[in-house]
Amino acid sequence: MFFGLGVLRGLMVTLKNFVTSYFMPPDRGGLFTVEYPEKRLPVIERFRNFPFLVYDKDPENPRCVACEICANECPTKCIYIEKDTDPNKKPLRRPAIFDIDITVCMNCGICEEVCPFDSIYMDHPFEVASSDRLEKLLFHKNDLLKSNDYFHKIRPTHAAAIDARRRAVEEKKKSAAVKPSETGQPPKAQNGGKP
Amino acid sequence: MPKSYTVQNTDLLDTQTLEVNFGPQHPSTHGVFRMFVELDGEVIVTLKPVMGYLHRNHEQIAENLTYLGIMPYTDRLDYFNAMTNNLGYAMAVEKLAGITVPERAQYIRVIVSEFTRLINHLSLVGFLLNDLGAFFTPILYAFREREKILDVFEEISGSRMMCNYLRFGGVKCDLSPAVLETMKKITRNFPKFLDEFEALLSKNEILCMRCQNVGVLPKELAVNSSITGPVLRASGINYDIRKVDRYSLYDRFRFRVPLGRKGDTYDRYYVRVLEMRESVKILEQALQDIPVGEILNPKTAPFAKAPRNFKPPVGEDYGRIESPKGELGYYVVSDGTPQPWRYHIRAPSFINLTILEDICLGHKVADAIIILGSLDIVLGEVDR
Repeated sequence: MFFGLGVLRGLMVTLKNFVTSYFMPPDRGGLFTVEYPEKRLPVIERFRNFPFLVYDKDPENPRCVACEICANECPTKCIYIEKDTDPNKKPLRRPAIFDIDITVCMNCGICEEVCPFDSIYMDHPFEVASSDRLEKLLFHKNDLLKSNDYFHKIRPTHAAAIDARRRAVEEKKKSAAVKPSETGQPPKAQNGGKP
Repeated sequence: MPKSYTVQNTDLLDTQTLEVNFGPQHPSTHGVFRMFVELDGEVIVTLKPVMGYLHRNHEQIAENLTYLGIMPYTDRLDYFNAMTNNLGYAMAVEKLAGITVPERAQYIRVIVSEFTRLINHLSLVGFLLNDLGAFFTPILYAFREREKILDVFEEISGSRMMCNYLRFGGVKCDLSPAVLETMKKITRNFPKFLDEFEALLSKNEILCMRCQNVGVLPKELAVNSSITGPVLRASGINYDIRKVDRYSLYDRFRFRVPLGRKGDTYDRYYVRVLEMRESVKILEQALQDIPVGEILNPKTAPFAKAPRNFKPPVGEDYGRIESPKGELGYYVVSDGTPQPWRYHIRAPSFINLTILEDICLGHKVADAIIILGSLDIVLGEVDR
């Protein structure tokens, strides 16, 4: 073996890769990157970025009941919630303030796991870069509220499973509605809140 | 190898040594790591590693979190190998709380940790070649394969690198048949890629000349400084925690532990290439045998919904795994509250870094760069 054979064999590999990257399909050694701003790859369904809130019919009555479980369980404590009150200062089961500081959020998805009301989920849009870190990167309630249809659009299978489960719970409640007391109380509502 | 290097006596000229600070912003130090080097010409006389530029108070933060809340933080330790970091932590807590893991979940854990090993060794070899001056051709070939695996990780966990995938008593989501098929395809094609990669690198004369007999780590020094992982095995010591502890399901799979002969940089490179081949073997077996069943122990499933109800009994435990970089251990002390009383990590990168001076002395500056590269450190784990 003479000196330099290894280098020459290596150069053959680079030549082969140079050729295949132009003329082969992506799974056989061709290029599978795309030129990003013009072309985009489809986002994988389970991809998680920043949280958003789901509402069913109107944004005034979101699924969120401001129980603060997500705010307590968030490892980085990036969620801030205040309960809404009616004119008589009686607390209502919806948030008045729901802020997520996405400069702090680390996209772990624990909020969506612990939420007992199927209210908070991880969103798909990732182009949130901004030159204003105080206003644009602090998401308020109005930025976060998105419809259930949107949830179906970004995560079809997940949303369908959640809807089926919610429907089953509703039916169960309807059939048990003979006892009038607990209507409208989602399961385990009193359990969470403060640890 | 000299324990200390004395300045060569020159009769002709009165010379001095030169003090150089490599880093913390040097591209070859793989992050914010500083090497304080004293040079005689180009030869290293002393070398002091200076760490702590990326200290993020991980252990103290973890002591104020729930056990589940620590899981996403462990992803950020060694950000190349989120899955194995999760696995080590999950195993420590499972030992502490006495949780068993269903079989399918165990298989999934083995599969994802072996894929993680592939990712780590691929990127290590790529970066090592970058340090050697083979700018970006090998690393882009390696990253091309890594990308396919990261796509699978995104599909199963939702994130490419910060997976946060394991849970106490199982894993977060199940693998769909389509994902299993993709994994099988990657595993099938991987040996072909490795052959090509080796044709490019292993017999390349420039790589051999730069790496052979550079940074020899003797057996005794490796054992005495508690080096673990591929760096130890490259010195010829047969110690793999997958074989020693036989944790998870590693006693079911047939695989061998590749060993080096000399313990130089080339051996450290080549042991990793061979380890990738063994990982592919494990993956083939695991993907073939994976059973159907539950993925989360039903006893611990409620704790994923309510992490504050998860209170391990009072006690302490140490869980360790063979992470791609070495022995990754988590020491957790519980006082019966939802938060750990003490939480400590034995980071392989940090401990493997302690021998850097011993194996660099007497070599040139350019060799120090590749010795550091072949030790495979990630600063997120060194400084924590």
